[in-house]
Amino acid sequence: MEDPKRIVISGGGIPVRGNDIDTDRIIPARFLKTVVFDGLGEHAFEDDRGQLREAGKTHSFDEPKFQGARVLVVNKNFGCGSSREHAPQAIVRWGKGIRAIVGESFAEIFFGNCVSLGLPCVTVDEKTASALQTSIEQNPAAEVSVDLASKTVKVGGASYPITMPDGPRKQLMEGRWDSTAELVGNRDIIKATAAKLPYFTGFV
Amino acid sequence: MGKTLYAKVFDAHTVAKLPSGQLQLLMGLHLIHEVTSPQAFSMLEHLGLPVLFPERTFATVDHIIPTKSQLRPFSDSLAEEMMTALERNVKKHGIRYFSTDKGEQGIVHVVGPEMGLTQPGMTICCGDSHTSTHGAFGAIAFGIGTSQVRDVLATQTIAMDKLKVRRIEVNGKLGPGVYAKDVTLHVINLLGVNGGVGYAYEYAGDVVDAMTMDERMTVCNMSIEGGARCGYVNPDATTYAYLKGRALSPKGEAWDRAVAYWESVRSDADAVYDDVVKIRGEDIEPVVTWGINPGQSVGVNGKVPTAKDVPENERGAAEEAYAYMSLEPGQQIRGTKIDVAFIGSCTNGRLSDFEEVLGLLRGKGLKVKPHVRALIVPGSQSVRKEMIEKGYDRIFTEAGFEFREAGCSMCLAMNPDKLKGREVCASSSNRNFKGRQGSPTGRTLLMSPAMVAAAAIAGEVTDARELFGIGAA
Ligand code: SF4
Repeated sequence: MEDPKRIVISGGGIPVRGNDIDTDRIIPARFLKTVVFDGLGEHAFEDDRGQLREAGKTHSFDEPKFQGARVLVVNKNFGCGSSREHAPQAIVRWGKGIRAIVGESFAEIFFGNCVSLGLPCVTVDEKTASALQTSIEQNPAAEVSVDLASKTVKVGGASYPITMPDGPRKQLMEGRWDSTAELVGNRDIIKATAAKLPYFTGFV
Repeated sequence: MGKTLYAKVFDAHTVAKLPSGQLQLLMGLHLIHEVTSPQAFSMLEHLGLPVLFPERTFATVDHIIPTKSQLRPFSDSLAEEMMTALERNVKKHGIRYFSTDKGEQGIVHVVGPEMGLTQPGMTICCGDSHTSTHGAFGAIAFGIGTSQVRDVLATQTIAMDKLKVRRIEVNGKLGPGVYAKDVTLHVINLLGVNGGVGYAYEYAGDVVDAMTMDERMTVCNMSIEGGARCGYVNPDATTYAYLKGRALSPKGEAWDRAVAYWESVRSDADAVYDDVVKIRGEDIEPVVTWGINPGQSVGVNGKVPTAKDVPENERGAAEEAYAYMSLEPGQQIRGTKIDVAFIGSCTNGRLSDFEEVLGLLRGKGLKVKPHVRALIVPGSQSVRKEMIEKGYDRIFTEAGFEFREAGCSMCLAMNPDKLKGREVCASSSNRNFKGRQGSPTGRTLLMSPAMVAAAAIAGEVTDARELFGIGAA
């Protein structure tokens, strides 16, 4: 089995530029008609890709030079909108599999969904996001390296600080991002907490 | 120092501090639907775990259900497969299912409240971001992902951080023809689509106090569109009057004890907030979105802002929106031609929404413009039944609207109700994202049900107050 510890995530980078990219764009609703998550990867950003193609342009997810990418670099409020976990599920299943996302900010539910999949979302300032995107575009072969321990992202000799709340950062580093295991252990306290809430017992 | 409702309810439901530093939060009510639950049940089975509190999870079907006929099997085999999976899972785990057969089906955020399940002082979650709707009752209610659905099934808890609380006071009065939908769109425009990230919103003030439960639900529903994972209103007499006598609300002596608990969770008068925003009801106009996120909006008599009018960091989004929507900066939003009109969804698909529109239409001989496809989609079977009993279906049909079965329908178009090509839709739903209504190039203009009805009749965006003579002496 794959080591669950997420400390340094390295590999090719891929930029997706734009603020407020919602989960409907990451994975359009018609692909949610499934009872499994398999096969979502190839449909990541499907409609954005199609529209650019029609306009004679190419979405980064269609660029051959980014196909092996592991680190996605985005801008503000990435993953807003629908709570669909299908969005990060598609991202981790695309190509070789994205293993870290660097962005200016993330929508909350999306961020949490990513943590449950062991996918770190780390934050950088606007200038850094743009610098990373430009540097990846200019040199797609360069390795991007996200280091949760030293809280930095490195590309082509440059190093930038990243931020991530300590709780999820430690969970990911220690390989404890599988939430169920942690929660299940507290069964007795769960039941005791429930017993104290009047509505759990029907207000009797 | 007083506490907010958010702090009181959160603290009472906190099970433990987890090694990660996050808190383990007990969930009082868990709602599930067919789209985000099947994978969660598979994961649960994979782990060999049972459902810990099956009596605290309730299911219905809403996203994929066709609205022309709910008869099985569905012609869409993928939809049928999802339906079968849900039915199998609820049966296997002993979960109460609000099914079409029993006439209890509907959009999960419409069904919970109307059954009396949604109550003050609860924590409520569902694999659906518009779970914030239930906050209207004074509950902490928020959307979760599928892995968390699994966690709730297995443990009735999730790992969470505590949010900050922003109080949004809407004081004064709304003008005639200005609705709860306009209030929420106004708030999102003011604070931005990510202005609420990290916050729970507490809605208060004269305008919110005077709102019905349906209206409060409309406001709380769209909290997530402003980035706030949950939004709530403190419970009061309006809340209790709504809940009294509902199928699953407390009865007899339990009722009095319930009200005492509900009163106890209200924010204290001296509660401290992380932020307070005050808005004047008189400043709110009927709002129409012009762009591709719910914050890109203007008053109906306003103009699509030019790049210069928007803050620098939103210019890129504005440029993208002009191109996608084929709207020119500086152009009047009024007069924008529409092809489709949709009234429904968990934002505006309740009985009072349709009654409001009906009151405006009645007796005026108004008809939907021939080129417009106009859909009335009740939020639940129970809403639909009541509409039929009162003869509303006929009035809508005679005015040229199609009267459909209950479901999410064209809010996200996972069923056969979709925009075609670049069609423009005046919609009472909550998201105007690219491709949201089923066509990758379809365009959505969000507005109140009254404004949608006005657009359907005029064939273009127009001021409902003028068309229907709202507020005229
Ligand atoms: S009506 Fe729309 S927003 Fe509401 S639950 Fe259904 S799809 Fe989601």
